[in-house]
Amino acid sequence: MAKINFIEFDGKTHEIDATNGMTVMEAAIKNMVPGIDADCGGACACATCHVYVEPDWLEKVGERSEMEEDMLDFAFDVQDSSRLSCQIRVSDELDGLTVKIPEKQF
Amino acid sequence: MSAEAITTDAVIIGGGPCGLFAVFELGLLDIQCHVIDILDRPGGQCAELYPEKPIYDIPGLPVVTGQELTDKLLEQISPFNPTFHYNQMVTELTKRGDNDFVVKTDSDVEFHAKVVIIAAGGGSFQPKKPPMPGIDSFEGTSVFYSVKKMEDFRGKDILIVGGGDSALDWTLNLQPLANSLTLLHRRPDFRAAPDSVNKMRELADKGAIDFKIGQVTALHGDGGVLTGVTAKGKEGEFDISCNTLLPFFGLTMKLGPVADWGINLNENLIPVDTEKFETSIPGVFAIGDINHYPGKLKLILSGFHEAALMSQQAFRYINPGERLTFQYTTSSSSLQKKLGVV
Repeated sequence: MAKINFIEFDGKTHEIDATNGMTVMEAAIKNMVPGIDADCGGACACATCHVYVEPDWLEKVGERSEMEEDMLDFAFDVQDSSRLSCQIRVSDELDGLTVKIPEKQF
Repeated sequence: MSAEAITTDAVIIGGGPCGLFAVFELGLLDIQCHVIDILDRPGGQCAELYPEKPIYDIPGLPVVTGQELTDKLLEQISPFNPTFHYNQMVTELTKRGDNDFVVKTDSDVEFHAKVVIIAAGGGSFQPKKPPMPGIDSFEGTSVFYSVKKMEDFRGKDILIVGGGDSALDWTLNLQPLANSLTLLHRRPDFRAAPDSVNKMRELADKGAIDFKIGQVTALHGDGGVLTGVTAKGKEGEFDISCNTLLPFFGLTMKLGPVADWGINLNENLIPVDTEKFETSIPGVFAIGDINHYPGKLKLILSGFHEAALMSQQAFRYINPGERLTFQYTTSSSSLQKKLGVV
């Protein structure tokens, strides 16, 4: 179990209880967090679950895979903290993880 | 004037796995199909979103990629000779009478069909539009999401944004025509064919094009005429002067004109019954990801099942009063003859 904080573009925060093994994207969709579209359903094939990981957490969530890096080409305003939330798996170590949601998935 | 209308039993809107399998199920009942798709090839999401990614939940195929599944479905439906119409979007669907529908596409092709099957998945694939303020006002005059006629770009100062095959291909193809051409991508690596990337780098080394690393943050210009953009790179912001912008950020699914056809919708999905998978308009069916009913699962296998049941009702509309005998492909010589195996 881990608590994941999603911060919407306008600052609204959602604190979600996520089960280990699920992805951060799934935790958002399951709890109807707005701003995560996940068009492809988690196949790392669309870049519509783009989030910005808060700096303190960047190391813990690990590196982007090559496939994810490719997919991020389809996202807008990609930053060093950009990740696709379908590629981050929830674990105890990520308890308290905070991610920001971009203004728009596109 | 558009060419003469195509008359057929069934029009299938969408050439994804469910649309393709509908050709099979309808074909077993001697129903001839035309398939329309906005992409340039069959397969829908399987071909566009995940051609190389494995699918594990197709019955009987422990693992199959999106492209392999598409290829196998095409092989399976080949005895029924469906006609495909690619690169077109259905814009109009109107009912002229019972079992009499008119379907029109944005390429001015008109179909007259007895039944229509909407197998449009998540809608139609359309180019992604970067969410930049004011981009709408430049669309069609300075900002283009596709190249229809290369000649239109002769003598322009072109900025191409993206790092996939479209961005690279158009960089190579438009460079000889352009007055100047800049390619902007967010990183030095590309997901395009290595050969295109090499050719692009050669052009950049020669000074024939400019390759810059960064992302567009603002557009400049007035009255639909672009004069340049501001981009952000590792070293900070910089300006690129251009009068034509071609952003290539892939495709996204939009419901599109389906909403204008007078069919009842529920949150961008088409409610259907679970016996015939028929919409609120008798004779118009919806199968696959685009439909909704209690318990619906957006799985390819659900779409296959829906195609089979839909076909039974389609047969009744097309052959009123005729008896439909249920048969198995394993034992029915008449079905086997249709499949060309006996």
